[in-house]
Amino acid sequence: MAERGARLLVTDDNKVNRLLLTRSLELQGHRVASAENGRVALEMLRAEAFDLMLLDMEMPEIDGFQVLEQMMGDAKLRDLPVIVTSSLEGVAHVVRCLELGADDYLHKPVNPVVLKARINSSLEKKRLRDQQKELIKRFATSEVAEDLQQSGFALGGRRVRGTVMFSDIRGFTALVESQPPEETIELLNTYYTLMFDAISGHGGVVNQMIGDGLMAIFGAPLPLAEPPLAAVRAALDMVEMIDLFNLERVASAKAPIAIGIGIASGEMVAGYTGTQQRATYTCIGDTVNLAARLEAHTKEAGRGILVDGDTHAALADRVPTEPLGEVQFKGKAATVPVFAVKLKVQ
Amino acid sequence: MSEPTIDEPTFTALQEAAGAEFVTELVGTFLEEAPAMLAELRNAQAAGAADTFRRAAHSLKSNGNTFGATRLGALARELELGGLIADSGPLDELEAEYQRVAAALKELCGG
Repeated sequence: MAERGARLLVTDDNKVNRLLLTRSLELQGHRVASAENGRVALEMLRAEAFDLMLLDMEMPEIDGFQVLEQMMGDAKLRDLPVIVTSSLEGVAHVVRCLELGADDYLHKPVNPVVLKARINSSLEKKRLRDQQKELIKRFATSEVAEDLQQSGFALGGRRVRGTVMFSDIRGFTALVESQPPEETIELLNTYYTLMFDAISGHGGVVNQMIGDGLMAIFGAPLPLAEPPLAAVRAALDMVEMIDLFNLERVASAKAPIAIGIGIASGEMVAGYTGTQQRATYTCIGDTVNLAARLEAHTKEAGRGILVDGDTHAALADRVPTEPLGEVQFKGKAATVPVFAVKLKVQ
Repeated sequence: MSEPTIDEPTFTALQEAAGAEFVTELVGTFLEEAPAMLAELRNAQAAGAADTFRRAAHSLKSNGNTFGATRLGALARELELGGLIADSGPLDELEAEYQRVAAALKELCGG
């Protein structure tokens, strides 16, 4: 697991504090190095890879504030999570640390249970940030990725052709209410792992996850030979994986889950949206709206996978489908032809 | 009876979290380091070095609180927040409390 065995750096000028923090972290299964002041800490951070640093504020030579400042100005260190452990008093210090990019602030003496929880949470955040960076790499050519690293997310949108997929779990709200929250999280984790596998296996990229729903893009910005076909094949894999997952769930006396998937193809505007601190690659436009409407329509239609006319045409009968006629969607001037993809197991 | 020199629940919790043997070593480290911090306070006071004074008091506060030496922590805190002082009365008081803490910690660690 990610939060076990992370490589941590403890920076504290006080030997007792340093030994105690190191001990607590080692007992939690982490690998720990320590630095006795800010200067040594910065040297170590630049020389070796760490997953997280615990940082004292009150130190001679270079104090914690200066360490945070220097890290902010260093592209390599900027994303390293820092948890401040300090016995400095006053809210102003806490605010200043957070403004300088610290993830968290713990007062000393640090309660080991709280320490464990905060470290796990920071490591999890780092994992997500790394994942986001990975996504950028997937989305962009290396030139663009580099440009992004330097310029932030200043890219404007551009028109691309591709396929958009929306998917979510049917009856998720009822499911959440019927089981303990831990089970829901576990279910979501498994669900996302399976869905990510299926989507990336066909060259798509998941760019949004909201609760039990996700949005994936095929063919943008990385070109794919046939985005519509890839998306539909991914959808079929997703349904198949859910079926397998349900066998396990039923075997352990849990309710099976069902997913609905909507797919639409066409032109869209792709680009980065958000702020400098938090941005995501996304696509907008009619194609995206249509895919979302189709996904919502799966329930009414009683089908697992619905596609639009453009996607259907691009499939050229290589995947069996069934026409469901024209449907009038909210926000659309004209009716739209809808096709259900025939599932392998039925 | 006044407040104990070492708050036993704090000390026991520390032993449970970090291991009794480790805490005994940690006490050893503290007893090695603390005299230097006390000396630093004296020197900083004499030299009028406010930053060093505050930092040394801060360290003693932090370590005092770690071991449950509540009074020592409180005295050091007053020095940290109060800054440089003219008379050495509070420093004498801090050192006397440190001697009691050192004795109590040795006792708790099995002498």
